[in-house]
Amino acid sequence: MKFGIVVLPGSNCDHDCYYVVKHVFGKEATFLWHRDRDLKGVDCIILPGGFSYGDYLRPGAIGRFSPIMEEVVAFAKKGGPVIGICNGFQILTEAGLLPGALMRNRDLRFICDYVWVRVERKDTPFTSRYREGEILRIPIAHNDGNYVVDEDILKQLEDNNQIVFRYCNREGVVDDTSNPNGSMANIAGVCNRDGNVLGMMPHPERCCEAILGGEDGKGIFQSIIETIEGGGWNGNR
Amino acid sequence: MKVKVYVTLKKGVFDPQGKAVEDALHSLGFSGVGNVRVGKYIEMEINSTSTKEAERQTKEMCEKLLANPVIEDYSFKVEG
Repeated sequence: MKFGIVVLPGSNCDHDCYYVVKHVFGKEATFLWHRDRDLKGVDCIILPGGFSYGDYLRPGAIGRFSPIMEEVVAFAKKGGPVIGICNGFQILTEAGLLPGALMRNRDLRFICDYVWVRVERKDTPFTSRYREGEILRIPIAHNDGNYVVDEDILKQLEDNNQIVFRYCNREGVVDDTSNPNGSMANIAGVCNRDGNVLGMMPHPERCCEAILGGEDGKGIFQSIIETIEGGGWNGNR
Repeated sequence: MKVKVYVTLKKGVFDPQGKAVEDALHSLGFSGVGNVRVGKYIEMEINSTSTKEAERQTKEMCEKLLANPVIEDYSFKVEG
């Protein structure tokens, strides 16, 4: 299978994603330049972290209007798996592929740290290799990760089981002290209704090798690979 | 035409920046200050002869890019 990694001006985790896909998992990977409109036949699109367009105006606000994004939106609407990590998550919310918005962290600080997240849902193309309730140790690095959504939509997210990851403590308890950035309901990652678009603030690509401090992110890539190679994702349709 | 756009956080959306500014104002002795909200001000020139047309364009810009309707409200003034 083939992964496509979108490169916007200011993306800085694109090579990390490429490295993991290609050299940790031995799969094909290609960069998708922001000015292009060709998805090069990829099976899964990764919107990597970074500071696209300098985070000017709002994180992701300008990146979402890149020519390649029109193709990404069309791919997602056809059910293609799209994962946005950090700035990629911000872009997905700005593009309307995911609900909510990511605001400045509650404490107004850039946070670069390892956190714990609990896997809330395993029937997605991104989390099938995990157990439901599994606790992952995974790095975050962001200034604007404070997930905000209005109460009605939050209820819909809960009802439709769209919350994929929540910040928790080492024991898996979701509470305010384990919430690094003030996100509503400790949300660290959400998916769309069909389950084929995931946005998450933590960086799975930074924890795929023990030598780098952890391997808890591997399950994301393994899940995608198994899903695609096993015949694709039919979603909740 | 000169256009002034104001983008503010919606009521009910917590504004950590506003809170930090408010705390700073309190520590400077402005104890009567409350509900500080930090927003954005954007100004631009639009090449248009009709105020109505400039307003229509500005509204579209706000909805598409300048404000995020999930968390922000906007208002603007067109000056001839």
